[in-house]
This record gives sequence, C-alpha cells and structure tokens, in this order.
Amino acid sequence: MLLETFRLAVHAIFRNALRSFLTVLGIVIGVASVIAMVTIGQGSQVRVTRDVESLGTNTVMVVPGQGGMRQGGFTADRPFTVADAEAIQENLATVAIAAPYNITGITAVYGNQNHFTQLVGATTALMDAMNWSIAEGRAFTEAEERAGRPVCVLGQTVREELFGSIPPLGQTLRLESLACEVIGILEPKGATSFGEDQDDTVAIPLKTFQRRIAGNDDVSIIFIEARSDVSTARAIRDIEALMRDRRRISPGEEDDFSVIDMKQIASILTGITSVLTGLLSAVAGVSLLVGGIGIMNIMLVSVTERTREIGIRLAVGAQARQVLMQFLVEAIVLSLLGGVMGTALGLALGALGAHLMSIPFTPDPFVILVAFAFSAGVGVIFGYFPARRAARMDPIEALRHQ
Amino acid sequence: MDRKADPPQIALRGITRVYGTGEAMVRALRGIDLTVEAGDFLAIMGPSGSGKSTAMNVIGCLDTPSGGSYHFQGVDVSALNRDQRALLRRNYLGFVFQGYNLLPRTSALDNVELPLIYKGLPRARRIAMAQEALEKVGLANRAHHDPSELSGGQQQRVAIARALAGRPGVILADEPTGNLDTTRSREIMDLLTELNRDDGITIVMVTHEEDMAEYARRHVNFLDGRIAEDHQHDSPGG
Ligand SMILES: Nc1ncnc2c1ncn2[C@@H]1O[C@H](COP(=O)(O)OP(=O)(O)O)[C@@H](O)[C@H]1O
Ligand SMILES: [Mg+2]
Repeated sequence: MLLETFRLAVHAIFRNALRSFLTVLGIVIGVASVIAMVTIGQGSQVRVTRDVESLGTNTVMVVPGQGGMRQGGFTADRPFTVADAEAIQENLATVAIAAPYNITGITAVYGNQNHFTQLVGATTALMDAMNWSIAEGRAFTEAEERAGRPVCVLGQTVREELFGSIPPLGQTLRLESLACEVIGILEPKGATSFGEDQDDTVAIPLKTFQRRIAGNDDVSIIFIEARSDVSTARAIRDIEALMRDRRRISPGEEDDFSVIDMKQIASILTGITSVLTGLLSAVAGVSLLVGGIGIMNIMLVSVTERTREIGIRLAVGAQARQVLMQFLVEAIVLSLLGGVMGTALGLALGALGAHLMSIPFTPDPFVILVAFAFSAGVGVIFGYFPARRAARMDPIEALRHQ
Repeated sequence: MDRKADPPQIALRGITRVYGTGEAMVRALRGIDLTVEAGDFLAIMGPSGSGKSTAMNVIGCLDTPSGGSYHFQGVDVSALNRDQRALLRRNYLGFVFQGYNLLPRTSALDNVELPLIYKGLPRARRIAMAQEALEKVGLANRAHHDPSELSGGQQQRVAIARALAGRPGVILADEPTGNLDTTRSREIMDLLTELNRDDGITIVMVTHEEDMAEYARRHVNFLDGRIAEDHQHDSPGG
C-alpha cells in the first residue's frame, strides 16, 4: 500500500505540474539564497580573520599628518626622513623593526605596453617584515640599496600585463624617466579583503625612489613592528614621544603625524565584515520567508480544488488516512526535491561568489539544515494541514467546498 | 414461507436532516421512510429543494442524518465509524453526480481506476476492470482523454464507469442527466437500465424529468422533506 500511496502522490505531482513547479521553486529560492548568502558572508569573515592574522598583531604604521594613511602616500604634511626611522629603530627598546618606505601611483612601460601600477620605494628589511618573498630572480642587494641603483622587482600582475610570455628578468622597465632592470619577481599574494590586488606593484630601492622619482629625501611611511614581548600601546607611546621630540613639537601642540595601530584597523575590518554577514543573513532570512509565503500561497489557493479532490476520493471509498498519507508523501517529495535542488544551487552560487570575491568557500552544514528544514516544514505544513481538515469532513461537505 | 426473508438492501426509518441552527435552521428531511429491495430501479422526483439530494447523500453514506435509523443490508449504518462507512461506500455503493465530479487533468481510465486502487487490487487487474467498465459505457476509445477533452455526456459516462467499476450492489445517481440534452440523456438512461436488467444492480436515481423517470420501475415523490407518493410503475423497457 505504501508503494501505491507513493505512486498516487507522484501522479498528483505530475497532474498538477504548475502547482508542483511553483512549490519546488519557492523552496529552491528560499534554500538557495540562504545557503549562498551565508556561505559568502562567512567566507569573507574567514578571509578577513586570516588577513588580520597575517598582518601580525604588533604592526604599527607612522604617517605624516592627522588624517591617517592616504592612498598614494604624499601628503601636504611634513614628511619623515630615513633618519627618523633609524632613530626609532636604534633608540626605542620596544621596537623590533622600523622600516621607512615611499609609495606612489605610476605608469610602468615596457616596449609599447603601459600599465598603471603602484610603485614602492622599499628596503629589503621592509620586504622581509611584510613577507614579500621572491619567486624568481633575486631581491635588492645592500650595495644596490645604498647606491640607489636602478633595479626593480615586479608583482605577478605587472609581469603578466607588461611582459606576457616574455621572460622579464634582465629586461628594462621604464618608470617615468627612470629605466630600471628587472631583477626579481614577487611570490603572488592575491587580493586583500578590500579587493585590492597586492600583486599589482613594482618595488625599487628606497634611495632610487627618492632620487629618481620624488627628487627629495622624504619618507612617507614608517613601518614598525613592536617587540613581541611588549604591549603595542607602550611602543606607540614611545614612538609618539620620540617623534614629537625629533619634529620639535612643543608641549600642548598637537601631533603633526599619526601612529596607526594595525590591530585597531583589523578590529574595524572584522566589525565591518560581521555587520556585512549579519546583513546578508537578514536578506537571506527574508528570501526564505518570501519563498515560504510563496509556497503557502500556492498551497492555500489550491485548497478548494484539493478539498474537492479529497471529497471525490472519500466518495469512492478512500479512508481519511489513505488520503492523508498520499498528501503527506506528496508534500515530502516536493520538499525534498526543492531542498536538494536549492542546496545544490545555493552551494554552486556560494562557490561562484567565493571564487569571484577570492574568499574561501566554507559551506556551513547547520545553515543548510536550517534552510532545508524551514522550507520543507512550510511545504509539509501548508500541504498537509488543509488536507487533514478536508479529510475529516463528511465527503459531501468536501465535495461542495467553494 | 419458512425461510427467513433477507433484510432489505436499503431501509430508512424516520430519517431527518437539519441544516444550521436557530433562525437559519433548515429541515431538509422531516422523516423519511423508504425501503429498497435489491435489484429495484427507483426514480425519485419532486420539486427543487424538497430534500431529494439530501436523502441520496444519506443513503450513500456521504452525509450523516440528524435522526432516524438507516440499515444497509441489515447493518445499522449509524453504528459504523468513518472508516467503516468508507468501506461500505468502497464495496457496495457507486455514485453518479449531476456535476460528474471527475478528477481534473486525470485521464478517463485513471478516474475509473480510482475506486479500485482503494480496494487494494493489483494494478494489472485494476486496469483491466477499468477498461471493461469504459467499454460498457462505450468509451473504450477515450480511455486516455482528460475530462476537459470530453463532452458532458461522455464525462457522465466516465462517472458511471467509475461508479460501476468496483461492481457495487447499488448505484446512486443524483440527476445524472441534469446537464445533458435529450439524446445524451437517453443514452445514459439506456445504460442504467442495462446495468439494472443485466447485472442486477439496484439503481436509485433522482430526476425531475418525467421522460427519464419512465425508465424506472418505481416512482417516489418528495415534497417538503417528506415522501408524498411511492408507487410501482410499468417501465416500457421491462
Ligand atoms: N449544506 C447545506 N446547508 C444548508 N442548507 C442546505 C444544505 N444542503 C441543502 N440544504 C437545504 O436543504 C433543502 C433540501 O435540499 P436538497 O436536498 O438539495 O433538495 P433537492 O435535491 O430536492 O433540490 C433545501 O432547502 C436546501 O436549501
Ligand atoms: Mg438536488
């Protein structure tokens, strides 16, 4: 009899193809949107956490002015010098590394190829501290740094944009009036949580930058790592005191530079992404609800027809529980179908989104279960309960239902 | 006269049916006594609203009377629970409604097969019986058509096939020709007559057309929820 019930249910599903399709669609939309959105939200959170961890929790940036770090680096405020960085490094016991660097946007040219990229004037100390490793060729030598030699190291994006399949090592890259030799290629780092491509960069020795690009001895950023056995807050206090002294800021006057704790930036970032995840989850919840209301509507609209159908079945001798079992099986089959399709679609969308946003794909079984259970629950409840009411009527009452 | 007589197939005693309460109360049946022997062919007549359909639904166990007693082949129907009444409908009764009441978007064959599914018959047997029933009503060539692809007369014949497919003892037909023209009506009546004569199926039929009542052997007239007249009739086909 169970097989017969199943057959009747499948029969009913195909007989009411439009209704079945819309029900399944409602479940698919609800389940898929929840899974996709929550997967993407959680993936970006994982990504941000990982970025933050890779930054190191004791990293501090010192920049001129009070506006914080600005894209491009040059500000109207009084810049630093290499001597400032050396003073921090040598005088402060709370600081492990202090590396000066410069940064600017620039058009890099090779042959007839142009590419606008980010130019960094760096030292090997900075590159080590920032975990920039060399994939091919070599980094700057100390002699090259001291002499301000025209040599450069390329990020993967610049290499692809300008050189394509040509081996870049030993080639000459033009940066404005500077012609420099490509001596190394950086290991790819991917995009940041903001979607900024970290491989779209060219590095030259800091001294080369100062002499040939900026035309002065300025330093726009000092990258600092506090010693791991002291608190970052203490290191920041020391840096502030030293810099005020070096820049001759009288007591009571405000700082004309900023010390940025990367831990704070990290916590702001994490905060933003958790708000984002919350927002996505809310949108997902709404679409789940909309899907549920859709299912409910379809089920309720067809109650009259279904009630009459139940009346007919009862009239020809069906018992109430036989009819109910058929409706229950029908609701379960539709819900499972919609749930499985919705899960597949949701995971596919989540994976695609994760790929496009270069975040990890981290599906959550609990979310899948909840989305599935909710939609299936709506399908079963609104498919089953009107049927139960009808099956408890006298057959003639069900047949006359308007 | 030694042998104890079989109980009548249908025996209604003082059946009442009241709809609603208070101001809105309607006494559809005010005390119906009716005995029908197996193999009889009844035509129930009477003005609209006189309680004919209500009585048919009570006889068919589709509705529960408010009072009185109903015995089907000696069994007290009021003592049966819902499931037992479903079994009674399944095994002894067939219905034909004025409005056909076929399942939409379901082929004629599947509609006729429906009662057989609930009888628990194997599929091959069900299909054979449904086919046979469709042949009997002259619709073997329409087995795979949906109701929407059939004329009113054809739909009513599918409904009759469904009613007789389970080989019931009684077919209850409430205005089976109410929506049909004279020619289609005559075809339906010929069919019912044949079922009664050849298969010994008891027919209880409601009609408001004298012409159709002519086919029956017994005429029962309803008036205001009571039976006003009940007499034998010499049917022309008999
Ligand atoms: N479901 C119902 N609710 C209330 N009144 C009803 C219902 N069904 C029938 N009636 C009333 O009962 C009376 C008998 O109806 P019915 O048996 O359908 O008459 P007939 O079939 O002879 O035309 C009518 O007055 C009708 O209005
Ligand atoms: Mg009527």
